[in-house]
Amino acid sequence: MAFIDIKDVCFSYDLEAGVKKDVLHHVSLQVERGEFVALLGHNGCGKSTLSKLFNGMLTAGSGQVLIDGLDAGLEENQLEVRRRVGLVLQNPDNQLVAGIVEEDVAFGPENLGVPPEEIRQRVDAALKAVDMYHYREHAPHKLSGGQKQRVAIAGIIAMETSCIVLDEPTAMLDPRGREEVMETITRLNKEKGITIVLITHYMDEAVRAGRVVVMDDGRILMDGAPREVFGQVERLKRHDLDVPQATELCYRLQAAGVNLPAIPLSVEECVGMFREMLGGRADERMDS
Amino acid sequence: MSEWILETKNLTYQYSAGTPFEKTAVEDVSIRIGKGEFIGVIGHTGSGKSTLIQLLNGLLRPTRGQVLLNGRDIWQEPKKIRAVRFQVGMVFQYPEYQLFEETVLKDLMFGPKNMGLSDEEAAARAREAAAFTGLRPELLEKSPFELSGGEKRRAAIAGVIAMDPEVLILDEPTAGLDPRGRDVLLAQITQYHKKRGNTVLLVSHSMEDIGRTAGRLLVMDHSRAAMLAPTKEVFAKGEELEKMGLRVPQITKIVQELRALGCPVDPSTLTVDDALKQLIPYFKQKLPGKEAGPHAV
Repeated sequence: MAFIDIKDVCFSYDLEAGVKKDVLHHVSLQVERGEFVALLGHNGCGKSTLSKLFNGMLTAGSGQVLIDGLDAGLEENQLEVRRRVGLVLQNPDNQLVAGIVEEDVAFGPENLGVPPEEIRQRVDAALKAVDMYHYREHAPHKLSGGQKQRVAIAGIIAMETSCIVLDEPTAMLDPRGREEVMETITRLNKEKGITIVLITHYMDEAVRAGRVVVMDDGRILMDGAPREVFGQVERLKRHDLDVPQATELCYRLQAAGVNLPAIPLSVEECVGMFREMLGGRADERMDS
Repeated sequence: MSEWILETKNLTYQYSAGTPFEKTAVEDVSIRIGKGEFIGVIGHTGSGKSTLIQLLNGLLRPTRGQVLLNGRDIWQEPKKIRAVRFQVGMVFQYPEYQLFEETVLKDLMFGPKNMGLSDEEAAARAREAAAFTGLRPELLEKSPFELSGGEKRRAAIAGVIAMDPEVLILDEPTAGLDPRGRDVLLAQITQYHKKRGNTVLLVSHSMEDIGRTAGRLLVMDHSRAAMLAPTKEVFAKGEELEKMGLRVPQITKIVQELRALGCPVDPSTLTVDDALKQLIPYFKQKLPGKEAGPHAV
């Protein structure tokens, strides 16, 4: 059974009396436990709405959202669903509630009624998991953006949710802060098996996921491994989406008649490929 | 009359000056910005760039040093500091949260009317500003809250442009926009800059955005102005930037690595288009004999 199982879900917002805006059209999506899924699409494509269905912040108009087998649309399941799926949003300043980092991280488990001695352990472990343990007695508002987001993530880890949904968590961060957050979520996924759903506009972040889902106009347009999805450069561009610069460069080099062994997804991959191509004598190695 | 529109002399700003919590956010910054320049401002969180731009339009008063606008100290007559804020327009992060009027048009007219313009003049300015940011005329009569996220962002920027500032400062104007929205907005800002010929300062964490728009870059690091030089010169110093928690655009990183492998490519190439112009002939000559398929560029 898939951890997140969305079956034929429709959703619309009420704009005013009698006027509805359809946001999701018969969307079905399964996410297995332990997957790292990047969700892409331009503004207004429905991806944020979809992510809010995952932890019961919104309820589907029709169809069904099952989280770990629980129907997220049922009122009585809400608490259980939120114990399983935590949400991290774009602006770190809107998510931190306490005056000290460790109190902020303790807020979630306290609300769940976890006994105090266990809260202590969970908070310490969560702060270590995001590499913010040294800052446990600091004031959140004095941290950098990347550090604040890591504290927000720690708050969710302390609730021991098995899935974290992040809605553009790096949009407001500088390059170093972005890297800190990306490293943290990649590690949580690999080492702790936490299911990750990452909504992002940054293609270089999406290529680090195991699977990329592209949404367009309330529907799922593409769903596959990063290499499959980003290989379709023209199709992504037609839908106003981007590809990483390394991918675009090599795709267009190939289109111009330069024979490349592969289309890379990241700067590192691209440089590695060029190094191999240019390392030996070019005329020796291109005849395979 | 100075050719520099904005100049700072030993500009220093300390938060909570004179208390045990004193913290220097901007230290001894002396820079000059010419009329009509497009300057990119980069620096990691806490480097002092937000404090600096607030000093430039008089929202903060320097602890020491001066900000000169057209050669005049902006704090020479503190009572006239409001006039400085009309001349140096500031678009804050997530400006769409600052829309408040009943209609978009009224919102755009708010700044010009504050400057003392008549309703007619203010409305004309508002319409012109809307056109500059690509806001469709029929949206002007709507409530700001009926607009989409990207439209709200443009309306908020238009509200500042409507004051026709000599210097326009934009703090992360593309944050949270999708790739298409980002491209369109940057193109509109660039066009506005070209047509109006005014001075633009763009603060951004996206080196790719900065790389394709700015003529010169101001790099802030540890409260100081670490560099102010043409964009290509700054991005040619990849290692130095990385030490400051910054980086070069991805495409620049790739060409710099290629250069290290012996490829004679310009190490300050900033766009994929420029890289292709150099790399297609290079690779074709380097890897001959195997003409790939019938594709064309």
